Amino acid sequence: MSLIEIENLSVTFRAKGRQVRAVEGVSFKVSKGESFGLVGESGSGKSTILRAICGMAPITEGTIRIDGSVLPTPRGARFATRVQMVFQDPYASLHPRHTIDRTLSEPLAIHGLGGSDARVVRALEQVGLPAAFRFRYPHQLSGGQRQRVAIARALMLEPKIVLLDEPTSALDASVQAEVLNLLNRLRADLGLTFLMVSHDLAVIDHMCDRILVMQHGRKVEEMARDDLANARMTTAYARSLFDASADRMLGDPSGTAP
Amino acid sequence: MTTLRSWLQDPSPTSRRQARLGQLWLAWLRIQRNRLAMAGLVIVTILVLVAAFAPWIAPYDPFVQDLGNRLKPPGTTGHWLGTDDFGRDILSRIIHGARITLYIIALVAVTAPVLGLLIGTVAGYFGGWIDAVLMRLTDIFLAFPRLILALALVAVLGPGIENAVLAIALTAWPPYARVARAETLTIRSSDYIEAIRLQGATAPRIILGHVVPMCLPSVIIRVTLDMAGVILIAAGLGFLGLGVQPPQPEWGLMISSGRKFLFEQWWVATMPGLAIFIVSLGFNLLGDGLRDVLDPKSAPK
Repeated sequence: MSLIEIENLSVTFRAKGRQVRAVEGVSFKVSKGESFGLVGESGSGKSTILRAICGMAPITEGTIRIDGSVLPTPRGARFATRVQMVFQDPYASLHPRHTIDRTLSEPLAIHGLGGSDARVVRALEQVGLPAAFRFRYPHQLSGGQRQRVAIARALMLEPKIVLLDEPTSALDASVQAEVLNLLNRLRADLGLTFLMVSHDLAVIDHMCDRILVMQHGRKVEEMARDDLANARMTTAYARSLFDASADRMLGDPSGTAP
Repeated sequence: MTTLRSWLQDPSPTSRRQARLGQLWLAWLRIQRNRLAMAGLVIVTILVLVAAFAPWIAPYDPFVQDLGNRLKPPGTTGHWLGTDDFGRDILSRIIHGARITLYIIALVAVTAPVLGLLIGTVAGYFGGWIDAVLMRLTDIFLAFPRLILALALVAVLGPGIENAVLAIALTAWPPYARVARAETLTIRSSDYIEAIRLQGATAPRIILGHVVPMCLPSVIIRVTLDMAGVILIAAGLGFLGLGVQPPQPEWGLMISSGRKFLFEQWWVATMPGLAIFIVSLGFNLLGDGLRDVLDPKSAPK
């Protein structure tokens, strides 16, 4: 059985009599342990799908099932322990006045879990940050370090599913590779399931087993990694996306290609 | 001493307590570098000390009248700031008046900003009809001239310190609510609030733990800047006979009683006026310095 099942999902934003259909009738399934990518240009509705899963966007049609059961609205505390998200901009996703320690221990406090001292230290270790960073503020860290903290925060509640909203697009190329490798390692070590959004096929190729190409809120094409690597796409739109980032995928300068 | 200092300045603290104390130490170092803020802090500290030890510092009893010695000018031996129309020592009355002033300031400082902060953040966070109701309420309070509203409240409740404080607090909260709401609106949809919501946090936890800390610096600065105004409104109520009642040595009341001889015996009104001026200045300077201290981003790396 699939861990995440999305069926005929539509999201429509209404504002002052105007309707914007951000996502229209998208369906896909992600099985346990898989890494699934959503690709498309900006405005194609890929991030909106992640936000819909988290209950931050209005679902007008269709269902989202996790582990076979439809998600409750509002999502509730149990959802938080199963699904977590890493945001795009590490400069905006950490509370500027909370120390790293506070940011990481807060989820434990919310869910009444003990042993936060040891778990915070372990979480920092897990994402490759020195324990000395524990009592620093976000503004004392670099972008890559902040994103590692954001990843550590998402893993504090030991979720099975991690939603990644362009986790590296705000980072330098060299740091990007480090963070992507970290994510891959964590997925292998902890048996996580990734649902990842990116506009960069090179990143998606490095991270994902299967991908779904989207345009204007609709599904264009679904394909496996092999198809992507061998440029076996059937639609013109997917091919044009591929052509735009093909040079970086083949001659990957950071040497991170699998 | 040096071991304590190095423990406080350790760049990688080992416990939460050490980290917190280290932050306080850094804040202290930062406010120390700001000379004007230190001047403000000294004035406020002196006010607190004078209020605490008033009966021991004051050379005379502030209530005892000595009609043979009335309206002595400043510099008279034994009465350095002169005496008032009942022959009471003005210096002693100012020293005892510091207690009343501090009492009023403390009560207003713990009520009005807290009320304003709560109303502002709740309105900004939830939005919709809650926001509409709370903000229209704020508008109504803001539409009244502050002193007039305080006057009306005291007139209804009856004169006295507590009622004066209540009246000041009820008229002082709307600006804080406005400031807090504006800040809340800008951070409500930020990623870090979404992230903590995604962790399963409840609305009270988000508002108190995540929204309020972002609004706090601007509110605290406003509070210290408003303190001067609070002292003046309290003095104004006292002056009009609606605040503290005679023979209490409240500074505003003392000015009011000196009004009758302002031209011949200027010191009776001027001395408490100077006290109000100095304390207001102290709070203003301190508020300015606190703004730098409360922002961890301005900390040296």
